Amino acid sequence: MIYRTLYGAPSQRFGSHFSDLEGMRRQMEHLFESFGDRPLGRIGAGVFPAVNITEDADAYYVSAELPGVKSADLDLNVTANQLTVAGERTISEEAADARYHRREREAGRFSRAVALPGDIDPEQVKARLVDGVLSVTIAKAEKAKPRQITIQ
Amino acid sequence: MSDSKELKIREKQALAAPAEQTKPGPVFAPSVDIFETEKAITLLVDMPGVKVDDLDVDLRDDTLTLTGDVHREMATPGEKVYVEYETGRYYRQFSLSEVVAQEKIDAKFGDGVLRLTLPKVEKATPRRIAVQAG
Repeated sequence: MIYRTLYGAPSQRFGSHFSDLEGMRRQMEHLFESFGDRPLGRIGAGVFPAVNITEDADAYYVSAELPGVKSADLDLNVTANQLTVAGERTISEEAADARYHRREREAGRFSRAVALPGDIDPEQVKARLVDGVLSVTIAKAEKAKPRQITIQ
Repeated sequence: MSDSKELKIREKQALAAPAEQTKPGPVFAPSVDIFETEKAITLLVDMPGVKVDDLDVDLRDDTLTLTGDVHREMATPGEKVYVEYETGRYYRQFSLSEVVAQEKIDAKFGDGVLRLTLPKVEKATPRRIAVQAG
């Protein structure tokens, strides 16, 4: 299983700095295997919103839970290897005589940069916001796609 | 926009399962706002990833139960690379202290937020009783 974990530093590119940590990572992975796919410890980067990233041969899939955020209030940007999700969550004002018993939902701005594990094709990015969940499909750059090699 | 505050990340509140689950998986307590006006009690509940059909609102003996399952469609394809949040069932229960007009309950769901309006039973209008000297 390929399971890269960023330990709270998603802004760092995977690459040369990571390669020497490879062995250590493998050991850690082994240690954490018993936890399955649960998020490790505290929430990754500590920046709203929390994101999940999956990949297949052609694309990366980034998802985030953004209940109550309208697509008009969301701003998505991609560069060669980074996705930025910024926006604002507003909570409508209620009647003046409303007395609150509980107030757990929060409003405010957010901005999050997510480093993707490999190069992407910025021209082929699709995003949808359905039922409060943002799903972004980002095609991998041609050179980053795995290639089958025939053995002669 | 500059005066609004920065949103902080919050870990989802995992719940010990209310009863033994038939479906495996984590259970979370959704964040709620509850406010009351003269006429009604309103609940706003964050349930991202739930489809209207998988949402269940149940009021029985003054106990309001909210349940929602995250739709399969919300799962992204492929292998996990990086995981910061989990999805599962949302479950939360409240006991209501006010009498609610059951037939007038209104529930709306959009953008992953449930808005539930529970109108209070109208109190009998106070009647002035004239006391006659006898």
